[in-house]
Amino acid sequence: MPPFERFYELYRDEIYAFLIRRLGRDRAEDAFQETFLRALRAYPTLRHGEHLRAWAFTIAGRIAIDEHRRARPAGELPELASEDGRPAFAELEHLAEELPPTERAAVVLRYGYDLDYADIGVALGSNATAARQAASAGIRRLRRKELQQ
Amino acid sequence: MTITPELDRRFRAAAARENLLDVAYDLVDTPIGTLFVAATERGLARIVYDAEADREVEQLARTFGLRVLRTSKPIDAARRELDEYFDGRRREFDLPVDLASIAAFNRRVLGELARVPYGEVVTYGELAARAERPRAARAVGTVMNRNPLPIVLPCHRVIGANGKLVGYGGGLERKEALLRLEGALL
Repeated sequence: MPPFERFYELYRDEIYAFLIRRLGRDRAEDAFQETFLRALRAYPTLRHGEHLRAWAFTIAGRIAIDEHRRARPAGELPELASEDGRPAFAELEHLAEELPPTERAAVVLRYGYDLDYADIGVALGSNATAARQAASAGIRRLRRKELQQ
Repeated sequence: MTITPELDRRFRAAAARENLLDVAYDLVDTPIGTLFVAATERGLARIVYDAEADREVEQLARTFGLRVLRTSKPIDAARRELDEYFDGRRREFDLPVDLASIAAFNRRVLGELARVPYGEVVTYGELAARAERPRAARAVGTVMNRNPLPIVLPCHRVIGANGKLVGYGGGLERKEALLRLEGALL
């Protein structure tokens, strides 16, 4: 595990850019601070330093969604289930637990947090195409598992 | 997209304000160079000359915990007292210190060291005697060399039996400058 200072220096600019894309510059600043405070609180509980980047983007994505909801009048809350009725993120995270890490991150970020593939590519350190492939592979694997049960 | 210095500063200040850090650090400019200064919630934990910041940050993480962050507020008290000391307006430091990570013998020797008054010098052997280990002058030298809080714990006031300055973690020039500032050297 790197010291928090190192983690922060590595990802602060990308996270800020991501939050500006999602929320606009004004709201991105508070969301930025909240993202890294949340990361700081959880940091001692992490068991290893793998996927720290995806972890940071997951926190930022979650905060961006909360911000969107807060900004929207009640009654207009979007359901997080995707177009063909896949489950929302709480259930999804649980379901996806057994997937390989990259597929799991791609599935959860796409269908749980509604990020687009470009952002997921950034989060995973690859690109939009690889993110799309990882998400589809994860979904196929989940479906196979479902059929077996 | 690079974050603004203001946003960066705000986050770092908020992290300290919410007590989320294991250890905070900052750089402090003095007449004898820039010091790397770190503090935990218990007190001042490290002062390092000519620090290579990345290496020191790794060390802090290993010793005190992973939540290491550069932020100025927790270091302000140390900065103020060091400024006063170098201005000749302060002869003793009132800062709480965190020596919890230091071995017992070293802590004892550092405790004796802290009692050596401003402007006075003591020999390694004498300091060993005060720590009730009269034959441990050499070990005392090692403790001085590894002093985690130079200046505040005044290892510059410890000299050889022959009156020579002998050595200093930050270099002999600094030892000389500090003793000159305190009027212990002409």
